[in-house]
Amino acid sequence: MTIAIDIIGRVDELSRPMLLPLAAGEVRAGFPSPAEDYIERDLDLVAHLVQHPSATYYARAKGDSMVHFGIYDDDLLIVDRALDVRPGDILIVAVDGELTCKQLGMANGCKALISGNAAYAPILLSGCDVTVWGVVTHNVHALRRGVGR
Amino acid sequence: MIALADCNAFYVSCEKAFRPDLDGRPVGVLTNNDGCVIARSPELKALGVAMGAPAHMLDPHITRQCVLFSSNYALYGDMSRRVTAVYHQYTPDVSVYSIDESFLGFDGFPGERLEDHCQAMRLRVRQETGIPISIGLSTSKTLAKIANHLAKKEAACEGVALLPPESDTTRRVLERLPVTEVWGVARRTGLRLADMGIHTAWQLRVADPRQLRRLFSVVMERTVWELRGQDCIELDDMSVPKRQIMTSRSFGRLTGDRQELHEAIRHHASCGAEKLRKQQSLACALVVFVKTNPFRPELPQHHESLLLALPRPTDDSRLIVHTASRGLDRIHRAGVAYQKCGVMLTDLVDRNHEQFDILADQQSNAERERSERLMATLDKLNRELGAGTVKLGGGRENAAWHLRCAYRSPRYTTRWEELPVVKMR
Repeated sequence: MTIAIDIIGRVDELSRPMLLPLAAGEVRAGFPSPAEDYIERDLDLVAHLVQHPSATYYARAKGDSMVHFGIYDDDLLIVDRALDVRPGDILIVAVDGELTCKQLGMANGCKALISGNAAYAPILLSGCDVTVWGVVTHNVHALRRGVGR
Repeated sequence: MIALADCNAFYVSCEKAFRPDLDGRPVGVLTNNDGCVIARSPELKALGVAMGAPAHMLDPHITRQCVLFSSNYALYGDMSRRVTAVYHQYTPDVSVYSIDESFLGFDGFPGERLEDHCQAMRLRVRQETGIPISIGLSTSKTLAKIANHLAKKEAACEGVALLPPESDTTRRVLERLPVTEVWGVARRTGLRLADMGIHTAWQLRVADPRQLRRLFSVVMERTVWELRGQDCIELDDMSVPKRQIMTSRSFGRLTGDRQELHEAIRHHASCGAEKLRKQQSLACALVVFVKTNPFRPELPQHHESLLLALPRPTDDSRLIVHTASRGLDRIHRAGVAYQKCGVMLTDLVDRNHEQFDILADQQSNAERERSERLMATLDKLNRELGAGTVKLGGGRENAAWHLRCAYRSPRYTTRWEELPVVKMR
């Protein structure tokens, strides 16, 4: 007897397993357990926020130039370096040898790095030496003093 | 096809990844306890600072313009893991050969697209970690290593170089390469080869492998086959003396037994320490690694390595075994069947060079002499009565040593209180 096998590809052992909530319980005769509909897994906040673990870095915000975007002094930024930059992204960029945070936007009809504070002028990107370090995906802002700092 | 992927000036690149202001500046990293220079940016090399140069003997004219860091192993270990994670996105067959070098297998991958594939991988590593890497491609590890060297040196390669075993380019490269720069050929061996009229890598390639086996060793014979493009060297056999010492073995069968893994790690660490003493070096750090069989995808896969700083540059088996065992505890995952584990001693420094200025304030003379006598006795017993006659049990705890690391950068990726700061301005 022969069996034909088509190789459709490798098992992807690298990606993390996708966790799906258990919606339905076992099918069983008799009286159903009222708890079965409510069995779920714990929610993993890190897995929810971090799409690319080995390319994700945390950084500490210092200063007030991004308050309009909701980034305050001492906030914790989650930075993903695997993402490709899109207009509107909040970025970590190296400007003049220093890591800073800006939004990729437009000013005077030209691509520019925009601050979230009128006191800081936009940096026009034409003829300017700017390196993108990563894309800020989330900002963790503590509301209660001394918690999660 | 085999690729050797190597991070350029790895420790320095890790520091630069979080400090854009260091771009283009001479940067160096010192051994733990701030003894010698163990990593240099190209700019620091250009100033004539040698690898292993004692930090306190550097010309003030040089120290004024360069930035020197204490080694930050927490950062380097984490960045190394991140780089390896990118490699795993491109091939399942990754063998970590040192903290900054990995051999990648690309069996069955269409050859003509491999250079593009590796170029994409290189750019990915750069984007996700900020670390520049070079990739050498060929059909054997020895040729991949030479190709890597080419990728690093020739700007036109853009970081990826391919040396097909039968090609004019390869011939030209090998004809120009001194035989002592071939992987695994020591300088002393080079002198003996020169007596036989073998000066270049090409001359070694066309030499008679059987004759070389008779005159030298089986490793030398394999080197000849490797230069002809046949992959036949096991990584376990090859370490570059004076830079790192690798001891690892595959288990005869897959094992998940904690005790068995610990025994193997203790054994590898002891052997490594013995080799270290033989070549009169001290290690500043070690890497412990475990690995499952990548060709059994139906089994749970786990590959991990951990870089640990030794409390001081040392050749003491007790300290090395103890540190390695602690490392294993941190990476071992219960219920996973491992194929291989090993210990690599790294960042080696010359013992006679180091010991006085570095160890003087770390360890009393009496303590040092005692350790030296003990280790000498250990080596003698194992030499005369057979390897493994005297073995070390579990190490002892000793937290009394503290590292001197005045210029350590923040542990950007492993400590909440040391995260990189982004200025909002």
